[in-house]
Amino acid sequence: MSSKVQERDLIVSKIRDGIVIDHIPAGRALIVLRVLKLRGGEGRIALVMNADSRRLGRKDIVKIEGKELSEGELNLLSLIAPTATINIIRDYSVVKKFQVKLPETVKGVVKCRNPKCITNQPREDVVPTFKVLHLDQPILQCQYCGTYLTIDDINAQLAGER
Amino acid sequence: MTWLNRDVISSLDFNREDLMQLFNEAQEMENYAKSKLNILDGKIMATAFFEPSTRTRLSFEAAMLRLGGRVLGFGSVEASSVAKGESLGDTIRMLDSYSDVIVIRHSLEGAAKYAADIATVPVINAGDGTQNHPTQAMLDAYTIWREYGRIDDLTIGILGDLRYARVVTSLIQLLSNFKVKLRLISPEILKPRRELLDFMNMRGMSYSLHLNLNEVLSELDVLYVVRIQRERFPDPVEYERVKGSFKVSPESLIGVKDTLIVLHPLPRVDEVDHRLDSTRYAKYFKQSALGVPLRMALLKLILKGD
Ligand SMILES: [Zn+2]
Repeated sequence: MSSKVQERDLIVSKIRDGIVIDHIPAGRALIVLRVLKLRGGEGRIALVMNADSRRLGRKDIVKIEGKELSEGELNLLSLIAPTATINIIRDYSVVKKFQVKLPETVKGVVKCRNPKCITNQPREDVVPTFKVLHLDQPILQCQYCGTYLTIDDINAQLAGER
Repeated sequence: MTWLNRDVISSLDFNREDLMQLFNEAQEMENYAKSKLNILDGKIMATAFFEPSTRTRLSFEAAMLRLGGRVLGFGSVEASSVAKGESLGDTIRMLDSYSDVIVIRHSLEGAAKYAADIATVPVINAGDGTQNHPTQAMLDAYTIWREYGRIDDLTIGILGDLRYARVVTSLIQLLSNFKVKLRLISPEILKPRRELLDFMNMRGMSYSLHLNLNEVLSELDVLYVVRIQRERFPDPVEYERVKGSFKVSPESLIGVKDTLIVLHPLPRVDEVDHRLDSTRYAKYFKQSALGVPLRMALLKLILKGD
């Protein structure tokens, strides 16, 4: 068996019910798990990193079995993996396929970078909420203090978080 | 959108129609700013001033009392002991159960929005963080409207700290509802933030940035002055070098339009020379006095409706 075939087996080995997130930019799979708040106790999760991709050269793939995620939650991936495509699997077949798109608001995934913002006060119970602005590239604006959070800020924050 | 029970958190929550309704109501209230109406009899306004601001607090209190309502609350001294024991959220829940409207001032960004998330009664932002002071901006725009009978087609200069002075962002946001030309004059390090520049671009506002008042002085209809604080300068030498350029005196206004008005949110330190007070340009005391009828109009619209 060639290595090519082995790799294909690894990638397409099927899950019964769940979600396959394909076309993740190479190296981002772990950040994808963070954005989706998957900590490992949710059931079977498969990560494929640095798979061949005609579109991207190299890509990551994440498969999540037996867990429901809303389209809103999945669209948050557009911030860190704009090329990602989502396949919803039911009884071994793809029942829905879509490309992630930017949501209008982002709630509770990332923190505001302004230390004087009310959302950064540990004593207060407030969920950081951002509006997505479409400037020359998308940017998040804190709905409490107006401060911008760039895609780079988001990546740095999610990569640094444990 | 109707005014009844509305929060006042950011200037962005109000469109031109809302503002014209407010201004017309405020003009009506000028007739009662030294007498008494009983339209808010039985209503209680809570003031939660976590940061000192005598002027803003007293003008809210005077407005409520003139309308026949009552006032309770605390200032920054009591607030520091409140803050020690309790979260802002819990303090707001308490005031929410005692009052019909909450007026809040706080140093943290977004504190008023957070209070409005929690409270069931309307919340009015009397200044939070470094970017929001919507009722001051309403007062500033109202003063301009009272002086000129319009806001459209005026050239408005804003001089001073355009980065940290909270009223600047609120005023510019409010003025985006009108067809104005903005001339924004500040030292390099106190230029508007990118967020505010993007906002003006997105709204298609006409504006330009300047380091020197003289570049634009002769075309101004309104000169709005805000204080520059020494602490904003990492280098005290730089502060000493530029501070004179951001003070306004009779001498610095040579060559202005006869109709120019000079506004200032007050209190001032020395950025507006006292010798200017007796000139026809000085409108900042009138501006300050209009704070009561403006806030009467605001409270009436929020608590009684249109
Ligand atoms: Zn914030």
